[in-house]
Amino acid sequence: MTSPWVKRLLLFPATAWMIVMLALPLLVVVVFSFGERGPAGGYVPAFTFDQYLNLPARLAAFRNTLVLAPVGTLLCLLAAYPLAYFLAVKVDPRWRTLLLVLIIVPFWTSILIRTYAWIFILGGQGIPRLLEFVGIEGVRLINTRFAVLTGIVYGYLPLMIFPIYVSLEKLDKRLLEAAADLGSSPAWAFRNITLPLSIPGIATGCMLVFILLMGEFLIPALLGGGKVFFVGNALVDLFLQSRNWAYGSAVAATLVIVMLVTVGLYMKLMRRAGAQRDDVSLF
Amino acid sequence: MSSKHQKPMTRKQFMRELRRYQKGSVTRRHFLGVTGLGMATAVLGAAMPGLAPRKSWAAGDIGDRVVLATWPNYHDAANFEQFTETTGAHVQVNVFGSNEEMLAKLQAGGSGWDVFVPTNYTITTYVGEGLIEPLELAKIPNYDAGSFEPRFSDAGTVDGTVYAVPKNWGTTGYAVNTEHTGGKALTTWKEFWDITREEFSGRTMVHDYQLTTIGNALKYFGYSFNSVDPQELADAEKLLLEVKPHLYAISSDYQPSMRNGDAWMTMCWTGDGKQLNADIPSIIYVLGTEGGEIWSDYYAVPKDAPHRDAGYALINFLLEPEVNAREVLAHGYPVADSRTNALLPKELLEDPILYPAQELLSALEFGAAATLTDPNRAELLARFKSA
Repeated sequence: MTSPWVKRLLLFPATAWMIVMLALPLLVVVVFSFGERGPAGGYVPAFTFDQYLNLPARLAAFRNTLVLAPVGTLLCLLAAYPLAYFLAVKVDPRWRTLLLVLIIVPFWTSILIRTYAWIFILGGQGIPRLLEFVGIEGVRLINTRFAVLTGIVYGYLPLMIFPIYVSLEKLDKRLLEAAADLGSSPAWAFRNITLPLSIPGIATGCMLVFILLMGEFLIPALLGGGKVFFVGNALVDLFLQSRNWAYGSAVAATLVIVMLVTVGLYMKLMRRAGAQRDDVSLF
Repeated sequence: MSSKHQKPMTRKQFMRELRRYQKGSVTRRHFLGVTGLGMATAVLGAAMPGLAPRKSWAAGDIGDRVVLATWPNYHDAANFEQFTETTGAHVQVNVFGSNEEMLAKLQAGGSGWDVFVPTNYTITTYVGEGLIEPLELAKIPNYDAGSFEPRFSDAGTVDGTVYAVPKNWGTTGYAVNTEHTGGKALTTWKEFWDITREEFSGRTMVHDYQLTTIGNALKYFGYSFNSVDPQELADAEKLLLEVKPHLYAISSDYQPSMRNGDAWMTMCWTGDGKQLNADIPSIIYVLGTEGGEIWSDYYAVPKDAPHRDAGYALINFLLEPEVNAREVLAHGYPVADSRTNALLPKELLEDPILYPAQELLSALEFGAAATLTDPNRAELLARFKSA
């Protein structure tokens, strides 16, 4: 069909992009992570493992991230699935486009401003004030893990809705009709047909949200009041406050490795789940 | 001129007109008209050609923009508009949260800034790293070294060369809402940390900034604000970790929480204290009797400034006493320039937030260069935040 050099030419932009914007910066991070901090900050070339040996000093940040990122992803999934299901299956197709656009609308405003707005919703004059009217006093929402998780679900929800929506929309409705004809209850059909067939969407959505959450720093900084500390916050402080580029690079490189391992495990798990499902469907 | 304004205005009337203009209640034309400033400028301009807007400016010689890196709530927007009107250069403002962040940005290169606002203790570091240029004072005729108090201007001179000219000075104390203190007057840093663990639990904010948060924790024990002694830092860390569960937040953006009543007390800089107190009188500004920080901010020009001429023009404009006086009225930080102070209303010059009593002032320390760059203090703050 196409000659090899045309193929190469067509691949060139993508390859160049990956090399310049991904491979080279990662290489710089790895090289820096073996260096030292300059006396006034920055980076001084060296070859030492000191930065990696010092990693336990950021253990709390890694622990926080590795707990709150999966919990945030799960909450996003729980909130997004019914909505995606409603949009893909239940809603009148005439309204579908409008409703989908409405989900994207918040993206027109910067996430910074939208998260800042939550400071006031969760702050003392916001929801806690409303709760006082019904007699529940002394509720503290802002600057807690709860506030951070709320911000996460709010900010990342669309990223979870869309992949699930796409997988549900493709779902062949005749399968559900066949199941009903053969006497299955709607709950059984959902459990055994709809849910398994939407797993690719769930997997994609979870992956998207989880990976972005691992690098999150804005939401914990604003809604956690600086008291909920993610690896992202540790990195911001290392580069912008203490200007310890070498140690910052070591933390960043470790974060990439932790992420690759977690995502790798996750994909393996998903594939195994998929294989089991195929076995069942052979029946 | 119409006969209406034959009598010269009193100072009070002038200030009222100025405030009306600043609030946007009257137009610039009205303001210049009633105060006679418009006429005065025109007459002066005709008599002294050097004072008239220079042609090169009008022709846009300095370019169409100038980039300023500065601190939050630190300028009068009307002044920037006036600068744009007279020079054609738009002022693009980048707001920063800490000196470290500014230093990091300049160290990384390509900041794109023409002017920035470093604090006293950073300037030797910038000079040592070769990040700022010696100022071409001929381009800043409004800078008159003689009219500045030396202790607020001498950090701008390194080895006899002027690298930075003074902007404002101020102190780091704390703001406390007296509605919640039960009539008890707080006066010390010891009380700040103690009350946070008791009646004020969950209501206190500290800066997300190692210099002040660690420095003021050191004051609890009577150590120097600038200490880098490992034993003293260990004491400060112990205190910070004990206090952390009782904190409302670790953030330098404390005005919103103080204003809506969620936070009752916060570490606070002079101007924020003044702004809070002006709007909510029950919030007062306290300087710990043990001491704490006094600081002075400067204007400096980075070495790779892309709109260098515009940068100098902006510094010169902002140092003009009339302009500088409007700045002070807007942000509430004192200046060390006697020419500007001569234009400020008396009640401002007697304000105890801006100009604290001498015995409180003399206990304060200027931050040191070593305090900013000390890696142990940076790590201490990281441990405090992630604990």
